[in-house]
Amino acid sequence: MVDTETFLDVSIWRDQGGDGHFETYQVPRLANQTILDVVSWVQQHIDPTLSYRFACRVGMCGSCAMMVNGEPRWTCRTHVKKVVVEDCLEIAPLRNLPVIKDLVVDMDPFFDKWVAANAVFEPSRTRDDPMAPITPDDPMRIVADGAIECINCAVCYAACDVVAANPEYLGPAALNRSWSLVNDSRDAGQAQRLHAVSAGGGCHNCHSQQSCAKFCPNELNPTLSISGLKRATLKSLLRWDR
Amino acid sequence: MLTLRLYFAQRLTAIIMAPLTLGHLVVMIYAVQDGLSVAEILARTRGSVTWFLFYGSFVLAVAVHAAIGLRVIISEWLGVRGVMLSFFSWAVLVLLLFLGGRAVWMVTLAGGLQ
Repeated sequence: MVDTETFLDVSIWRDQGGDGHFETYQVPRLANQTILDVVSWVQQHIDPTLSYRFACRVGMCGSCAMMVNGEPRWTCRTHVKKVVVEDCLEIAPLRNLPVIKDLVVDMDPFFDKWVAANAVFEPSRTRDDPMAPITPDDPMRIVADGAIECINCAVCYAACDVVAANPEYLGPAALNRSWSLVNDSRDAGQAQRLHAVSAGGGCHNCHSQQSCAKFCPNELNPTLSISGLKRATLKSLLRWDR
Repeated sequence: MLTLRLYFAQRLTAIIMAPLTLGHLVVMIYAVQDGLSVAEILARTRGSVTWFLFYGSFVLAVAVHAAIGLRVIISEWLGVRGVMLSFFSWAVLVLLLFLGGRAVWMVTLAGGLQ
């Protein structure tokens, strides 16, 4: 249903390679409208050259995150009415990542840090071995449960002031994934992982400001995971494992 | 810029400083309330291995803790990295050790043991 009396003033970041600026568009306000709906309306009705990313539209793929009124959001699940201020919206590419064009950022630095954090499963068995039994009430599994619903949207990475201040910092998402693997009893890469998250850009740089936990659309708490990594690495140091 | 070892050193020195800070506050309040003069304070501290160890370990912990803390601040706020960052951290450590160590030495063991 169109409310013909109401329009949104939407400022969208336009960047063709170094000439970044906001352009304002008038977008009709609709019932149950999401930020992704607004961006799509502009692209479909005003300027087809507007670039942005989305895929699933249901909060699973993690590809549509943008800065909305200065805060990182998953745009397909963010209702306009939740974030609009006096019928105005400001939509920009994710913070802390290089812009490719308009609202599209280069995610390479984000995923390179997952690799640097050794946030990749290292199997301890082959396909010929029997499956490792892990029960739902296993204490390590319960801890891992708190960290495994990450959709790689980079909202936490954009929210993190330490990433902004220290480009080497691995960031909340990569460290959160590392923590879930530290609690995976099937994983064979624990020593290398703890070493990887203890280097110059590692978990010890986190100031526990908890912006990642505040903005995570899946309500994960990467700060808690990072504090777990701090404890695990400290124990490993005190055991003279390194 | 904070590695595990630097993180550990900063936490360890924080643990050391906590009781020493409380002790220092108690000493200050005692000295002020009793109206001790400089001469009376020095009479108690000069030649005292106990006060030398108390404030000596305090200075050591402060120097390490502050050098690491300032290292993080100037790296994050001013973008200092690499050799310059290490040089700054060591310079802060040496400066605080020198200033604090000299003060502790002068009010405790400079005149010899008693």
